[in-house]
Order: sequence, then C-alpha cells, then structure tokens
Amino acid sequence: MEHDAIISFQNVSKHFGKVKAVDHASFDIQRGEFFSLLGPSGCGKTTLLRMVAGFEMPSSGEIFLDGQPMSVSPPNRRPVNMVFQNYAIFPHLDVRGNIAFGMRKSGLSKGDLNKRIDEVLELIKLPGYGSRGADELSGGQRQRVALARALIKQPKVLLLDEPLGALDKKLREQMQIELRQLQQQLGITFLFVTHDQEEALTLSDRIAVMSEGQVLEIAAPSQLYESPSSRFVADFIGTMNFFEGTVTAITANNMTIATQVLGEVRTTCEESFPLGAEVWVAIRPEKFRPEFTSPARDIDSIEGRMGPSAYLGDRSHFYVHIANRDDPVLVALQNLEGSVHQLSRPDQPVWLRWSEDAVVVLAKD
Amino acid sequence: MNTNRPWWRPDGFYIYAVLYLIFIYLPVLFLPVFSFNNSKYIAFPLKGFTLKWYEAMINNPPMLNALMNSIKIGLIVAILSTIFGLLAAKAVTRYRMPGRAPVVGFIMIPLVIPEIILGISLLILLSLADIPLSLLTVGFAHLLLCVPFSMLVLVSRMEGFDKSMEEAGLDLGENAWMTFWRVTFPIVLPGIIASLLLTFTISFDEFVLAFFLSSIEQTLPVYIWSSLRFPSKLPPTLALGAAIFMASFIVVTFAEWIRRRGVRLDSTSGI
Amino acid sequence: MNNAVTPSGIRLELRKLFLKSEPVRGYTLLSPTLLAMILGLAMPLVVLFTLSFWLQEYLDFIRTFSLANYVEFFQKPIYVKLLLKSIRISGMVTIATVLLAYPMAYFIAFRVKSNKLIWLILITVPFWTSYLLRVFAWKIMLGYNGVINSGLKSLGFLTEPLAFLLYNPTSVVITLAHAWAAFAILPIYVSLEKIDRSLLEAGRDLGENAWMTFLRVTLPLSLPGVIAASLLVFIPTVGDYVTPSLVGGPRGIMIGNIIQSMFGQSQNWPMGAAISVMLMFTVAAMIGLFLWGTHSYRKRVA
Repeated sequence: MEHDAIISFQNVSKHFGKVKAVDHASFDIQRGEFFSLLGPSGCGKTTLLRMVAGFEMPSSGEIFLDGQPMSVSPPNRRPVNMVFQNYAIFPHLDVRGNIAFGMRKSGLSKGDLNKRIDEVLELIKLPGYGSRGADELSGGQRQRVALARALIKQPKVLLLDEPLGALDKKLREQMQIELRQLQQQLGITFLFVTHDQEEALTLSDRIAVMSEGQVLEIAAPSQLYESPSSRFVADFIGTMNFFEGTVTAITANNMTIATQVLGEVRTTCEESFPLGAEVWVAIRPEKFRPEFTSPARDIDSIEGRMGPSAYLGDRSHFYVHIANRDDPVLVALQNLEGSVHQLSRPDQPVWLRWSEDAVVVLAKD
Repeated sequence: MNTNRPWWRPDGFYIYAVLYLIFIYLPVLFLPVFSFNNSKYIAFPLKGFTLKWYEAMINNPPMLNALMNSIKIGLIVAILSTIFGLLAAKAVTRYRMPGRAPVVGFIMIPLVIPEIILGISLLILLSLADIPLSLLTVGFAHLLLCVPFSMLVLVSRMEGFDKSMEEAGLDLGENAWMTFWRVTFPIVLPGIIASLLLTFTISFDEFVLAFFLSSIEQTLPVYIWSSLRFPSKLPPTLALGAAIFMASFIVVTFAEWIRRRGVRLDSTSGI
Repeated sequence: MNNAVTPSGIRLELRKLFLKSEPVRGYTLLSPTLLAMILGLAMPLVVLFTLSFWLQEYLDFIRTFSLANYVEFFQKPIYVKLLLKSIRISGMVTIATVLLAYPMAYFIAFRVKSNKLIWLILITVPFWTSYLLRVFAWKIMLGYNGVINSGLKSLGFLTEPLAFLLYNPTSVVITLAHAWAAFAILPIYVSLEKIDRSLLEAGRDLGENAWMTFLRVTLPLSLPGVIAASLLVFIPTVGDYVTPSLVGGPRGIMIGNIIQSMFGQSQNWPMGAAISVMLMFTVAAMIGLFLWGTHSYRKRVA
C-alpha cells in the first residue's frame, strides 16, 4: 500500500506566529482515493490543503507529491489544481477563457484546445455556456466552471476547499453525487476539505479528522462512525450520548463496565482496557430502541421518562430523562409508521434498550 | 430630479446645493472672462472681446516650455508612482509582514506634513549633498507626494478583489509575473487608471515643491506664479488656464462617454 | 548539508527562503517605495532637524550644536504670534470648509437619487484650474476694481470702491475655504454613503425625530469622514504661503511666508529649519489633540 502514496505528509508543521495551525502531521494519501480533511473551522485542514497547493510553505517537515519533495516548488510548478472555496472565477474572462486559462503552455493547437474545452464543458454538464461571463453564472454553475478549469489540467491531485459550502442544500446533495461520479470516472485523487461531517461521510473513501492542528484519526467513513477512537471524533461525527464508567470485568472478547446511569454495560468491544480503567461508554441516538413496557431482562435497558421531542420529517428526536443524569439522553427514531404520536406524550415512562455491539468504549483523557 | 416637490417649492437642501455651486464656480468663471477681455489689466469694467491673449499664449515660448515640462514630469511621475504604489499595495494587501502598520504609516507621511516642510527639507538635503536643482529633483519630490495617493487608491482596489483570484492564476500554472499580467492587472485596471489620472493631476498642479526645487527650467505653476507678479504676463496665462480647463473638460467628458458606451455594449453582448 | 555551499545549493536555499517567507516577498515588493521614501523623506527630515541646531554665517553654516534658533523663536514675539495666527486662520478655514461642505455632501448622499456621479463631477470641475489661478480669482472677486466692488457700484450701492475687502486675514480664510472645498466634500460624502440606511430608519423607528436621528446616528457615523476632511484641509493650509502672499497683504501673512523668506531673501536656512520643526511639532500636537477630542466625543455619544 505505502508505495502507492500520491501525497505523503512527513512531520509537517505550520506556525503562524505563535499559533500552531498544523502540528506534526504525518500520513499518506493513496492514488485514486477520495480523501477528506474534516474538522471544525480553525482546525488546520485548509492550511494543510494550501500547503499541498503551495500557497503556504510548511514551517517544518516535508510534503512529497508523487515521490517528489515540494518545498522548492512554487504553486505553478505543482501537478495539483484547486477548486477554491469562493470558486475564484476570473471576472474579466468568460467561461471559455476561464477554462482555457491554464492551457497557455499546453502546446495544443487552437482547434484541439477548443475541442478539449468542449469536452470538459460536456463533462461538467454546461455545454454551450462557453461565452457566458463570470457574473452571468449561478453559484452551482460557477462551481462547475471552477471544477472544469482545474480538471482540464489533468492534475495528479484535485484539491477542493469546501467547494459546496456556498450552495443550498438540494444543490449541494446533487453536486455531491456528481463529484463522486466524476472522481470515479476520471480516477483522479481528490483531496477534499470540509467541516460538514455528513458531506465527508457521503463522499469519501477515507477521512482524516482534525482538531487544533492535530490529525486525530484517519479511517473509512463507516469505521469513523461506528467505532470512533476518541471522544472528540465520536462527538464531532454525528451525535453521541456519553456515560461515565469503570471497567469491572474482562473476558476473551467481552468487557463489562459499571456505570452510574446505565448500570452494568456489556460490550463486544475489541479494544482492550485494563481492569479498573475509567472510560466513556458511548451510544448513538439511533441505537437506542424505546419501549413502553418493562422489558423482561433488565441488564440491557434503562428506565426513563419522556422529555421534549423534535419532529425532523424523516426522523424524530426525543429527549429522555434518566435518573442520576442531568442531561437527557438523545434518542433518534425513523418515522416509519406514525410512531411519533405514540411517543410524544410527555412524562410517559419509557425503557431504552440497546444491543451489545451498539456500545462504543472510549478512553477517558 | 431628486425630490417629488414641484420646482417652485424646492427642498432647502436643493437651494443650498445651488448656492454652494455658485460659490465654487463664480470666482473661477471670471478667469476665462478676462482671457477674452481686451485689456491687460484684470479689472472692471470689461473693455471688449479679443482673442489676442490666445495668440500671445501660442507665441510665448517660455510659457509653452513650462507647460511641456509640467506635462513631461506629470506623465513620468504618474507612471512611476503608480508602479510604486501598485507594488506597495500588492505587498501590504497580500503578504503577512511584521511591521506592516508602521511601514504604511511611514509611506503616508507626505499626506500629513505641510508641503513647505517637505520642500525645504529636500532642498536642504540636496544642497548639502551638492546635487544641483533641476526638473529631476522636482520630479523626485512629486514622486514622494504622489506615491501615497496612488497607494491609497490601489490598496482599496486590491482589497476589493479576492486574493484567491491570484492564487488561482498560480495554481493553473502561471508564474507570479504572468499571473500579474493575466489576472491582477486586468482586475485592478480601473484603479490603475484612477491612480494615473490622480497623480498626473497632483504633479501637474503642484507648486510649492516645484518652487523650492526647480532651477532655470520651470514647471507651469512656477511660471504662473512669476506671471502673477507681472501684470503684462497675466492675460496670456489666463488664456492658457482657460485652454487647459477646456481641454480637461473635453477629455473627461469623452472618457465618461466612452465608459458609458462600454457599459452599454457589455450589457447587450452578454445576453 | 553539503550541497548548501555550492552555488546551485545556495540558489536552492535562497529559493526556499523566498517561497517560504511572506515577509521577504512583501518587503521585496515594497523596497522601491521604501527606498524612495527613506531617501526623500526620512533623510531630509533628519537633516532638517539637524540644521535647525546649526547657525547661518553669510553663505555658510556653522556646524556646531546650538539652541540659538529656538531661543530666538521664543524670544522674538513675531514667530510665536505668526504660528498662533496661522493655526487660527487655518482652523477657521477648516471649520468653515467642513461646515459648508457637510450639507452639500449630505445632499448628494441622501437627497440625490440618480446621477450622483454628475453631482460629484460638478463639484470637482472648478478644481481643474490651476491652484494659483483659483487663488488669483479671488483677487478679481475682492479687488479694488473687482467683481464685488464693480457690481455694487453699478447697482448704485457704492460711490467709491471698498478697499478693505482684500488683503486681510478674512480674505485669506475665504480664499482658502474656496480652494479646498472639494477636499472636504469627498471624504464626508464617502462616509455618509457608507451608512447603512436601515440604521437611520431604526433611529426614526425608535421614536427620534429627524433632527435627533441626525445628531445621534448620522453625525457620529459620518465622523470619520469629517475627521479626514478636517485633516485634509488643516494640514496643507496651515503651512500655506501662496494664498497669504497673493490675497493676504501684510496683515494676512502666515508662518509659511516666514519660512519661505528664510530660504529666500533672508537667507537664514537654520532659522527656517527651526521654525519648520516648531510648525511640524505644533501641527502634530494639534492633530493629536483633535483626534483625542473627536475620539472622546464619539465615546460619549456611543
């Protein structure tokens, strides 16, 4: 695997004055991958992307692009291209001029270049838009032109800096699908920066979660969601209910954790914690199953009272008050058959059930 | 035009605006009046219409020479100060630099000290360094005065467009120089034109620095200054003033007409 | 690293530094301007300051440190008197110009709905004439056989022309207020134009009448423009010697005239330098005081 890294960060740090924007990042991005940098604003993800593009230089460490060290390459000599957050469509050129901008030294004849541009316009589904001015394009169209302008250069890596942030929800979802298709069709490595965890989960082969300049975890979307490795990642990706606990028993592939709120919790967690370790027990809202009669066995359930609820269309959120806990527990439920009405009576007693494999155990730091 | 009151009951502000215009126009309008007056004394009553002062203006080599000097200096200063201003504006708007604020403050000093102090301090330096006064020294002084203005105009223009435009130019394979020509220059062009016009005007009309720093070769304001003391030289000077005024009026009107035509052409060709 | 000492290695290292360091790139771009400013601004000011501690002896300077020029400045009443008078005249010019300009700027910003550009051009047109000729124009207006005297005479109000119109401090103030009008209107107009119109509606909405809305919303928000306009008029006029010598007469001369004569007929450059230094410090102090005053006013309003 390692030999096919297209980008390799080796101990890359970037300081702005005293602020460590990126702190010792070391990881590889594989050829042909859709790789996302995900994190809250100010976490260093954009700085990392801009270092790949060459707009920022690492304070220390080295970035290798296809095996070549990049510290002596200015942005114009790097085989990468970028789709900017605000698209940066040149206002003084039309669509064709924008797309042709980077092709001055391509050596193509005028006719061939025009053919290439037409092909790219076809690819981004804007045929016939060549003579439009920059100010005559909608947000989505600008985004496509920015994409075309970068793709016509056939970069080894396409860099995307929150390219969908400015679009409305419907258009964003449509562009997500198109981006994914485009990436699979062209086989180019995409390095995608976003703060939207849902977007990262939808699009990526792998995601690097960043916080305060540190890369916390790199994993495939399902793994990040189902078994995150830290409380920050678990909290940042989706929503999570956390409960404090202590490891009380360990068998071959089972662990028992004593919690004040949930009582004894058994889990099939693979990670090994020493006996007596302080841990977080984490359960996703949708992994709780609410029931209105007391279940037979009481080990995997907890009794509570219905609190406020929120109707979200496809699903509903319920807050359930549980003894020994200030914050209510969040429960998410698909609205399959009008279950909302049944559940939304306040103060009604409710039992929350969960299965062993829904429990994630995280180290307390 | 601006309110929906009937014209015979105008808004107080409107009356004020008209009075204000009279205040700023009235004195200036008497200059061309006297350039057509058939008397070498600039006083009432008027003595009848003549064009002889315009004839005298054309046949006045020292004055035309001064005019040419001012145009030359104005053009060179406009171009140089706009280049300097552009480089400086690019530096302060595009790069994180320690000490940026004091450096900008330093460059802006010519705007906040009286010109006479700028003039005499340069005069002292030049004489101590044994550098003879010439049009060159005047031009240099004008450059100092014009760079801050140029920089102000261009900084606001540079701040008005996103840094990522230039990054996109680099990203698409152009080096810094070609990115400047293909991206920055076309986008800041209106600012560059404004800077050229402004700095030319400042240099062309600048008197104090030129007075202290010129020698035998005069600029036009220095010539006008000397003519103000010799009544016989005055009427042709008024003729020249009126002619320059008309010329700039025509240029500006023409430029505005071109601009409007350009805007109209743009908006029709797009759709 | 071995290759760092070879020429190509050094080039590579320099290249790395240039790419890596934004300050290096920024200061490279700034260097022509900075060089010109150091040569033409910093050095001359240092030399001016130095010269003010020297003495003039015929055509030469006595290059030993002396406070004699400053002693003379404070001992002979004329210098301080002229300095104070210049500040007074210039202050009056500034107040008059800004007061006259504000309603005009307000008119263009709030009352003119279309063709604002035409109005702005209309305002600047008179200023395309030479500054000197503009000043001279007031000689025509106020002179013995000038517009006002001739006009009043032909209307029968006067039998003899009024001699007191020209050559006094008031004629200097009028002339300067006219000459710098456009410089006051433009910054005030810009700051008025920037005001969010909904703030004014909010002022009215909260129950203030038009006048109180102006005092509590519009005026404080346009203060940056008023400050810029005031400085833009005050600084150049306080050192002016052109206008006083054309329309001021002996009673209208200002500190600039003295400085100019020290470098002309009087041939006492060090004294001229000392007066200039005093002028510079006084202006700086005035500006500081003014900015401090407007700052505390703004704090009080806010």
